[in-house]
Amino acid sequence: MSRAEAVPGPDTRPDLGEAVAAPAGATRSPGLLWTFGLFRSELATTFRRWRTIALLGVLAAVPILVGVAIRIETSDGSAAGGGGEGPAFISQVTNNGLFLVFTALAATLPFFLPMAIGVIAGDAIAGEANAGTLRYLLVAPAGRTRLLLTKYATTMTFCLVATLVVAVSALTVGALLFPLGDLTTISGTRISFAEGLGRALFIALVVAASLVGVAALGLFVSTLTNSGIAAMATTVGLLITVQILDQIPQLHALQPYFFSHYWLSFADLMREPVYWDDLVRNLGLQGLYAAVFGSAAWARFAAKDITV
Amino acid sequence: MEELSAAESDRTDDTGGAGAVPAEDAVIATRALTKRYRGGQLAVDGLDLTVPAGSVFGFLGPNGSGKTTTIRMLMGLIEPTSGTARVLGRPMPRATRAVLPQVGALIEGPALYGFLSGRDNLMRYDAADPTADPRTRRTRVADALDRVGLTAAAGKKAKAYSLGMKQRLGLAAALLQSRRLLVLDEPTNGLDPQGMREIRALVRELASDGTTVFLSSHLLDEIEQVCTHAAVMAQGRLVVQGAVADLAAGARGRLVVTTPDPGDAARVLKEQGVADLVVTETGVTAEPPDRELAELNAALVTAGVRVRGFGVERASLEDAFVALTGEGFDVAG
Ligand SMILES: Nc1ncnc2c1ncn2[C@@H]1O[C@H](COP(=O)(O)OP(=O)(O)OP(=O)(O)O)[C@@H](O)[C@H]1O
Ligand SMILES: [Mg+2]
Repeated sequence: MSRAEAVPGPDTRPDLGEAVAAPAGATRSPGLLWTFGLFRSELATTFRRWRTIALLGVLAAVPILVGVAIRIETSDGSAAGGGGEGPAFISQVTNNGLFLVFTALAATLPFFLPMAIGVIAGDAIAGEANAGTLRYLLVAPAGRTRLLLTKYATTMTFCLVATLVVAVSALTVGALLFPLGDLTTISGTRISFAEGLGRALFIALVVAASLVGVAALGLFVSTLTNSGIAAMATTVGLLITVQILDQIPQLHALQPYFFSHYWLSFADLMREPVYWDDLVRNLGLQGLYAAVFGSAAWARFAAKDITV
Repeated sequence: MEELSAAESDRTDDTGGAGAVPAEDAVIATRALTKRYRGGQLAVDGLDLTVPAGSVFGFLGPNGSGKTTTIRMLMGLIEPTSGTARVLGRPMPRATRAVLPQVGALIEGPALYGFLSGRDNLMRYDAADPTADPRTRRTRVADALDRVGLTAAAGKKAKAYSLGMKQRLGLAAALLQSRRLLVLDEPTNGLDPQGMREIRALVRELASDGTTVFLSSHLLDEIEQVCTHAAVMAQGRLVVQGAVADLAAGARGRLVVTTPDPGDAARVLKEQGVADLVVTETGVTAEPPDRELAELNAALVTAGVRVRGFGVERASLEDAFVALTGEGFDVAG
């Protein structure tokens, strides 16, 4: 719209008299797209980092390892996952490669995926502070709220990409090593391969959404310190602590409030009919974490003295 | 955040110490600006600073005197403990979104993304400014790189830049758009002599285009070479501010007589009523008297003193500083 006219080009320097006479800060309304330039830059910056690539590489490797291990273990004809141990669905993988997607998500959701999110979220603000780039973003001026929203949106994008990397890698490995076809749900009904694929995608989205709480927590921690490493370590430490506490029976009254408590409820999407209760609880809990820690992060960051 | 009361916004005389500059012409105006860090350190103490539009303003002070702290408050990075700061007529840090697009800043050295090229660093900083037009981004980045002489190294990863190259890239980031105000915290830090000259030339060029330049430094001669105005900080307090010419004039020069007969010269000058005589190996220095200097010279020659040189040496800003603070340019504990 009128943005281009409002911004003087590099060669149209306003002369001094005019510039001084103009109301200081003739605020240009940046319009609906005001934040997307920064968001795109943030995405590009995040995904060009060697560290991000490495995290995604590790996540892509997990299904490969699981798939190859199952293939080797079952090469003598025995069933995978022997006595019901190992991640959910593992015993089904030899019948249908699509189950490797569910197995891989179940295997990475407790630790690998949230750890990767913790690294990205923890580094979001603290890493910029550590490098000193935060002050230049703020005087650009990125705007504190806008920057925080951008960081959160980028972290959630990373959640989605990371989950999809696991799913796609698992699907590829599953298709290469095992047969594909119609599949049996947990409830024993048969669904077509196409519907199974649809459910796999839906499960991947639910898994990505399960990480929203950790992302908000990590972002909040990131506003507390000027050291990216400290923020990452704290977030991952919290993650491990909560996972351990979730296993202690005496704490069962608290456990429904742990962000990881309902994570494995995504398996209920493989029931017929789908059992929604825990799925809804999980998404509600993630929303609560996002609201609480998102607000806390904003309150902290908006008032923070940037002295680095 | 400090709310601006109605009475305060009506106030027109918030020019602080300088007095000479009306508030509406001030690009930066602070009033009783104070910052106490959380550790208890009083870094800036009741600062009344007025930077006139179009000036090249030198912000001087020894290490730890509060220059960077002041700049951080002006840029809305930290909240003042008390007092107010106005930049381009608007209160900071409340008006950051309106003010900062018109301000280019280099604060306590450059900060870069090491894994991005110099060009991509600038692209990112430009994307952070919601008023920057994405359609002109490439050309503006190229212009800024060209201005600081980094075009050839633009594709190199920033982590492979030398200190001076990083400093230049930081400057380029401040020049991405045409600005009304440039705030440069020790911009020549890490530059080679050629680079320093280039920066001085750049500052003069920008100033001639009408940009106000606020330049912090602890190098007195640097300030003296480029600045029209200056302020001196010591231990968080403003010692003096004003036009550089006035400041230097404030410290009186010295009468210097170069002669092989310093004893005779001193005797004659004393007879003529000249005060504060100091005899040196090469001649005599003294406080310049208020009378016609040619008469003094004539008196010396008449008395048979062989005069090789005679004149008043202009006071430097350093002399002015010492005269004003009564102390050297050292870090206070
Ligand atoms: N983050 C901080 N927390 C506590 N005290 C600080 C902080 N930053 C600076 N200070 C203190 O505030 C005072 C002013 O520091 P400032 O960085 O503003 O000085 P400066 O004039 O920029 O010095 P230099 O010429 O060395 O850059 C110093 O005494 C310093 O120790
Ligand atoms: Mg400093």
